[in-house]
Amino acid sequence: MSAKTLYDKLWESHLVQTDEDGTALIYIDRHLVHEVTSPQAFEGLRLAEREPWRIDANLATPDHNVPTTERTGGVDAIEDPISRTQVETLDANCLEFGITEFEMLDTRQGIVHVVGPEQGATLPGMTVVCGDSHTSTHGAMGALAFGIGTSEVEHVLATQCLIQKKSKAMQVRVEGKAGPGVTAKDIVLAIIGEIGTAGGTGYAIEFAGSAIEDLSIEGRLTLCNMAIEAGARAGFVAVDDKTIDYVRGRPYAPDSDQWERAVASWRTLHSDEGAEFHLVVTLDAVAIKPEVTWGTSPEMVVGIDDSVPNPADEPDSVKAEGMGRALDYMGLKAGTPMSDITLDKVFIGSCTNSRIEDLRAAAQIANGRQVAANIKLALVVPGSGLVKAQAEQEGLDRIFTNAGFEWREPGCSMCLAMNADRLSPGERCASTSNRNFEGRQGQGGRTHLVSPAMAAAAAVSGHFVDVATLIK
Amino acid sequence: MQKFEIFTGIVCPLDRSNVDTDAIIPKQFLKSIKRSGFGPNLFDEWRYLDQGEPGMDNSKRSVNSDFVLNDIRYKGAQILLTRMNFGCGSSREHAPWALEDYGFRVILAPSYADIFFNNCFKNGLLPIVLEEKTIDNLFRLASDDQALEMTVDLHKQALVIGDERIMFEVDPFRKHCLLNGLDDIGLTLQKVDAIKAYEKCRKDEAPWLFHGE
Repeated sequence: MSAKTLYDKLWESHLVQTDEDGTALIYIDRHLVHEVTSPQAFEGLRLAEREPWRIDANLATPDHNVPTTERTGGVDAIEDPISRTQVETLDANCLEFGITEFEMLDTRQGIVHVVGPEQGATLPGMTVVCGDSHTSTHGAMGALAFGIGTSEVEHVLATQCLIQKKSKAMQVRVEGKAGPGVTAKDIVLAIIGEIGTAGGTGYAIEFAGSAIEDLSIEGRLTLCNMAIEAGARAGFVAVDDKTIDYVRGRPYAPDSDQWERAVASWRTLHSDEGAEFHLVVTLDAVAIKPEVTWGTSPEMVVGIDDSVPNPADEPDSVKAEGMGRALDYMGLKAGTPMSDITLDKVFIGSCTNSRIEDLRAAAQIANGRQVAANIKLALVVPGSGLVKAQAEQEGLDRIFTNAGFEWREPGCSMCLAMNADRLSPGERCASTSNRNFEGRQGQGGRTHLVSPAMAAAAAVSGHFVDVATLIK
Repeated sequence: MQKFEIFTGIVCPLDRSNVDTDAIIPKQFLKSIKRSGFGPNLFDEWRYLDQGEPGMDNSKRSVNSDFVLNDIRYKGAQILLTRMNFGCGSSREHAPWALEDYGFRVILAPSYADIFFNNCFKNGLLPIVLEEKTIDNLFRLASDDQALEMTVDLHKQALVIGDERIMFEVDPFRKHCLLNGLDDIGLTLQKVDAIKAYEKCRKDEAPWLFHGE
């Protein structure tokens, strides 16, 4: 038998049928649902008088529209009537179809991509989908996970399958030991800077190499989360001891009588020796700095010790024009050192960076320091109610509030500003989220993507600074 | 889904690369629980000078006259010509819904983001991949004082401009679905037996995946 990639194994184990032209029907083990991309799918089911194929494969939670301020008033108290309708619609649909939902006031509620792994609802070897592009996150568990549109949400609800074509396989290897202050976020930003936002289009990316093996599972979740920012629908990491230790004991993990059998099957979830990829890209971890984006696409990124690049140095004219437009939008001049850029707001949160390790890393920098006078708002938004409770148990909330940060309720928040948390036109934000597109965090808002530690360092300094210089 | 039939339409040139789905339809319009009505807010932040919110009367808003969609030459355009990596970012199907609701039926670009590309076909929208130099040439033609008109023939996989024909590739399954207006779910449900057989094997091999049953 020929050597297989991890992607081959995940793909083949879910094939229901393949047509001659390569169009395949693949089975979906886990479908995660949130309020923004599901209402039209449930409506479609009702109109066609179809029932969900397998209720227990679905798990829902509202995240995009929920307020992060005090919310004991429940869904009724959501101020924006359209946001409220969307959350109410999810509640009603889950009730009607019998789908498990962690509602807004449930401690288990949170960002769907934080909740899935936290509950053990996304397991190694699964296919995981959700009407959200950041579903690639779950690939960190050794799963094939990717975002889908609403028509596909309806398709999965109705058939438990999706019509797909197999992608090409890419391996991104990051070798060596990352320096001080360099996190999974910096690694993935460096990867996107290297291959570009369309570099992974048409590919499924396996992340490998010693620097990836060194990452915790939470770090790998951050890494895979941003595979889509490199254009790849799916990104994943092979299963190792860390994966198995992470899953053990979680609510949706296999019961004890099936545990050993499950582990034995998960142990096979790696690329075989000699397996061939369509493309292999290698990065040196030692060369990666704490990264900061300067433009309006995640590929527009440099190390903290670098400066804003000059479009005049870019030989490709279409690219140079895009750079010029980005600099205009961002209100930046070529040649400005990144550490000279001052900020108005800081956001620590999102499906990329809102897990307990992210909050610990930020708290370590905030501890004993104060948010700088020029920062109008520094927000910390935990990824789930359980992350929030854990952080409070560790006293992280008090470290943040003592330093002048606001400590909020879980949700997507200012990553995409569908709720009340947003930037005003012209405001500049250090954000631990995943997209620095024009208007993403509020119309006219200017986003710089960074790691949680770098965001905290920017908050206490008022401008970007190499976090390594602040680590005690 | 409506059948995709041969038509002749105006080409609107949007000369930007990496146009993301946040730009195609900004997040505040995603709060709708319907599939229709997104067209008036397509490219909202580029098209209007003020900040758009759901429920606004768009006819009373100040329009950005520099944006192509507001150029009188391209009024009623059904074909959108654009640059590489169109539709990147968020998986929101509201992006193809907005394009379709506005009146676009075909997109021409050198490349697309995967999720967006896939979402288009589910909504009767045809995203066509053309070589970079063909796209460059079309941009030149489409930017003339006289708007460029083109006939799109999916059956023959051809774009026709006067005497010139540009052939394009399309996935045979997707072509079949578009030409016949077929719904994916209906097609998949013809394979119920295969799905059930797979599911039975899966349950034997990995019973822990059927946690709630």
